[in-house]
Amino acid sequence: MTKNPDKSATCQPHPLEDLVRMDRIPHIWCSGCGIGSVFTSCLTGIRQTGIPYNQFAMVSGIGCSGRGAGYINIDSFHTTHGRAIPFATGIKTARPDLNVVVFSGDGDLFAIGGNHFIHAARRNMDITVICVNNLTYGMTGGQVAATTPHGAKSSTTVAGNPETPFNLPLLAYASGATYIARWTMLHARDLADTVEEALNHRGFSFIEALSPCPINFGRRNKETALDTLKKYHEKTIIKNGANPAELDIDYSRGVILGKFVDIDKPTHDEMYRKMYWPQETTE
Amino acid sequence: MKPRVLTGEHFMNGDVACAEGAIAAGCKFFGGYPITPATEVAEHISVRLPHVGGTYIQMEDEIAAMTSILGGAWTGVKSMTATSGPGFSLMMETVGLAVVTETPCVVVNVQRAGPSTGLPTQGAQADMMQVRWGSHGDYEIIAIAPASPQEMFDLTITAFNLSETYRTPVFIMSDEIVGHMSEKVVIPEESRIRTVSRPKPSGRRDRFRLYKPGANGVAPMPAIGDGYNVHVTGLTHDEKGYPVMSVDTQKEMMDRLLGKIRNNLDDIIMTEGYRLEDAEIVIVSYGVSSRTSYTTVDEARKMGIRAGLLRLITVWPFPEEKIRRLAGQVKGFVTVEINMGQISREVQRCAGGQVPTYSVGHPGGAIIPPDDVIQVLREGF
Ligand code: SF4
Repeated sequence: MTKNPDKSATCQPHPLEDLVRMDRIPHIWCSGCGIGSVFTSCLTGIRQTGIPYNQFAMVSGIGCSGRGAGYINIDSFHTTHGRAIPFATGIKTARPDLNVVVFSGDGDLFAIGGNHFIHAARRNMDITVICVNNLTYGMTGGQVAATTPHGAKSSTTVAGNPETPFNLPLLAYASGATYIARWTMLHARDLADTVEEALNHRGFSFIEALSPCPINFGRRNKETALDTLKKYHEKTIIKNGANPAELDIDYSRGVILGKFVDIDKPTHDEMYRKMYWPQETTE
Repeated sequence: MKPRVLTGEHFMNGDVACAEGAIAAGCKFFGGYPITPATEVAEHISVRLPHVGGTYIQMEDEIAAMTSILGGAWTGVKSMTATSGPGFSLMMETVGLAVVTETPCVVVNVQRAGPSTGLPTQGAQADMMQVRWGSHGDYEIIAIAPASPQEMFDLTITAFNLSETYRTPVFIMSDEIVGHMSEKVVIPEESRIRTVSRPKPSGRRDRFRLYKPGANGVAPMPAIGDGYNVHVTGLTHDEKGYPVMSVDTQKEMMDRLLGKIRNNLDDIIMTEGYRLEDAEIVIVSYGVSSRTSYTTVDEARKMGIRAGLLRLITVWPFPEEKIRRLAGQVKGFVTVEINMGQISREVQRCAGGQVPTYSVGHPGGAIIPPDDVIQVLREGF
């Protein structure tokens, strides 16, 4: 039998309190939104690495997910729409010893920011990109995104999306990313472990985190937050090492989760050093 | 490591001199994207930076180049990019981010004739209003116009020093002619080059306020990893750097941003007078056009016209006081610039209708011949 909570008991600190800017809580994310869960997994992953927090920097772009940088209690940057990756690239190129995490949404990273994504992956820039993919532009009110499924409704495709969405892991693979994984926000522990692994990975790592936006995507597509979670639970298949070409998001066939790519390849920084400062890099 | 400062006499073009000036100023990061006629800045610095422990990266476009130097700057490193008109247009949104986050960086615009692709290999001075107003919202910026390869070297150092002092982007508004002309450039001993680095905060980290201004209106700036856990945002923010969506915070932030430039005009504005003492007509000019204007003053004097030159070295903030004071003493102004009258409007505004103001402009692609100016001097007054 569970006991009634003791009202007079002192409030337990949040287990991630040292990593959260508590003076900025409450956050802006809607109830039922998955960004907070992805964010929690991200913080957990950062903690699990055991790396001192001042050796991290988080960079976000614009949008609901882009607010992540505002809540993490490390050096954090909320930049312009679509430009988190070049900002992160600047940090990493000038100070390769820092661990740089990009935390942003699908609209920010793949429509306006698509060019930067493919080039950072091509360079094998040693940064970790976490994309909260909720298939829509949440903050601006649910317009169609580069990830919105064909036929789905949005505030700019009221009759259904006529376009074809990106398969993000395939795009990342084709561009040269050396670590690629996908989870949903429901797979909190897998996601946190993946963030930890991605942070320890040398090179460009990309994590797609599927997440509901009940307010702006769900509402238009007759899907409550709970419906989305059910889909995440029932219609996903874990298949590590899956071929990136089969990773389209299609719940009628089942959506594949797991780690797809984990390659050892020299990073941009290592190649730069080898090229220009060979005396430093000879072992 | 090769020497950072190439002390000695050189024969180099303006773009190369600019790159050397940056290195002498302590630049350690350059995010570039090639564009004529600014490419030689990137090419030269890409070769030189690794020798002085710095890094060059060629980004995928100018938006990325500009954004990358902000990231670089927050690691505590002096950062720079170079571009020309079309690339400059792409950078504009990020210029606003640099202003509002108070990120020191230097942007070189080797101007060419526009609009659009224009004349890529021929000069103009037609981005002078874009540099002032090109990003959205109100802001103050610093822009400097070098007139020779020597000044490309010297004023690039000045640009870094100003950007570090005021935590703001500083623009070097050069042009194709100065960028591509080769002249003697004297590089002094390293010990004789004055360089400034942003002040670092000290004191208790938990009490630290990212934008709490010091005596000159500018806050000390920590680097990533210093343990201050800064949050930096393009949203309207309070002294702590946290977003606050209120009219009061917007006002407080804007007062600080505008104030740190407007209250330090004497320190920032550089001008040069030539035969101004007894001048009746003042030519206002800057950059490559000021070279035409020196000759014009001498020619006009031979004809008995008492002309003088006010050369703007700092174009923004605009030397309003100087023009206003001159307006009370002279018969009029003639602004000489390779555009269709951008800075001329500022001169007109500051002269306030007290005396006539004329504009001698050129749509771009050529320098302005002294005869065109002399004609106005003879007929206009
Ligand atoms: S609008 Fe959508 S994505 Fe944004 S916070 Fe609300 S539920 Fe989340």
